[in-house]
Amino acid sequence: MFFYGFLGISYDFRWSVLWTPPHDSWLIDGLLTTLRVSAASWIVAVLIGILVGALRTVPFRPLRIAATAYVEFFRNVPLLVWLFFWYFGAPEFLPESIREWLIHHGAEFVCAVAGISIYHGARMSEVIRAGIQSIPKTQLEAGLSTGLSVFQTYRLVIIPIALRLIVPPLTNESLNLLKNTSLAMTIGVAELTFATRQIETYTAKAFEAFTAGTLIYLALCLGIAYVMNRVERKFAIPGLIVRAGRAEH
Amino acid sequence: MDWAVIVSNAKFLILQGLIGIGQFGGGTLRLAVPAILLGFVVGIILGLGRLAQRRWVHYPAAIYIEFMRGIPLVMVIFWFWFLVPVVLRRPVPEYWIALAAFVMFEGAYIGEIIRAGIQSVSRGQVDAATALGLNYIQMMWHVILPQAVRNIIPSLVTQFIVLFKDTSLASIIGMMDLTKAAQTVSQRELRPFEMYLFIAVVYWIFTYSMSRFSQWLEVRMSPEKKPAL
Repeated sequence: MFFYGFLGISYDFRWSVLWTPPHDSWLIDGLLTTLRVSAASWIVAVLIGILVGALRTVPFRPLRIAATAYVEFFRNVPLLVWLFFWYFGAPEFLPESIREWLIHHGAEFVCAVAGISIYHGARMSEVIRAGIQSIPKTQLEAGLSTGLSVFQTYRLVIIPIALRLIVPPLTNESLNLLKNTSLAMTIGVAELTFATRQIETYTAKAFEAFTAGTLIYLALCLGIAYVMNRVERKFAIPGLIVRAGRAEH
Repeated sequence: MDWAVIVSNAKFLILQGLIGIGQFGGGTLRLAVPAILLGFVVGIILGLGRLAQRRWVHYPAAIYIEFMRGIPLVMVIFWFWFLVPVVLRRPVPEYWIALAAFVMFEGAYIGEIIRAGIQSVSRGQVDAATALGLNYIQMMWHVILPQAVRNIIPSLVTQFIVLFKDTSLASIIGMMDLTKAAQTVSQRELRPFEMYLFIAVVYWIFTYSMSRFSQWLEVRMSPEKKPAL
């Protein structure tokens, strides 16, 4: 199909490059890698987030300072710089045997997951901390005064409210993580953006390749946002939760 | 570890990479500052557009914002990198491609902040402005926007921090910013650890001081939190 018209620009559309060998599987492989990097980084980031979020509330000052320093340093430096740092810079201080192992087991993947989860762990901890702090202490007191034990109060009152408060910002932050995995292409992880660029390089069909990549990202992000929005509404407590805007990315 | 490599390359990293003075153009600050100013203009248009009553204004603005927020910034940069030279039919320096991509991308996020700011101004202000006989433009300019902007200044500073960090992505299409400068030096000197740690600290000094400024503003600008004199 030959297209000629808009602003006098001619462009020969050939969408078939997306599904003809050898590049037919690249987009799918890229998508799967994006999902793998996202899932692994998400799990580690949430664990870091819970741990650091908790450490920032313990009654022991050095731990609180260490946790705050971690959060403030890691989330305020661009993720791209962290990826370069973990992939190119940090391995020179690892023992020879570990470096050898990394090279044979996909150093790019490991470094990408490390970089993304350490960066997003710092951001997750802020989300989790804000969620916990937004629960008034009176909830705990009210629970205890009705005769519930501390454990029961947490199980029946605090955690159900905390989860509802945390889910919207957590969804937002998780989508940021998903979109940020696109930076892993810079250290050679063959994720979706990498695959898109590769198809573009091999076929010189940039428009088709970028359109495909863009639509896949859009479907992923809007799909997750839609599902989580439904979940949020289903479990909303009337009058308690005002939907927070998704400002930062 | 060899820290002398930072001292001997500091001039290139700071002048060329951070500020953008030198033969390569580019520069992190030279990209970030115009990007936030122009992004603010685009943001006001999109924010007002999304709040408009007319459907043909409301829907394009809403679709644009949701579209931009649903894809990674890298993808947007690649789109501009491919489309701008095709549409203009001549090669365009990476700096201008990056600037255009950042303005259009951040504009969507700033648009949402502006929308939240306008919605935070109470309905009575609109009624009062209407009762005074102001038209839409007068009402927005003299009544709503001044209050809305005051409410959202902390969020705007936060967004500027985000944008400042995001400018590192311009290095992917080869623009000489702080990240690209560090990459260039570390390839020549083979000292990636020192280089990336150094620019991490440089980025951090800027973003952290801005975030402290934003916290200070937030306390200062909300009357209920203002400390007693």
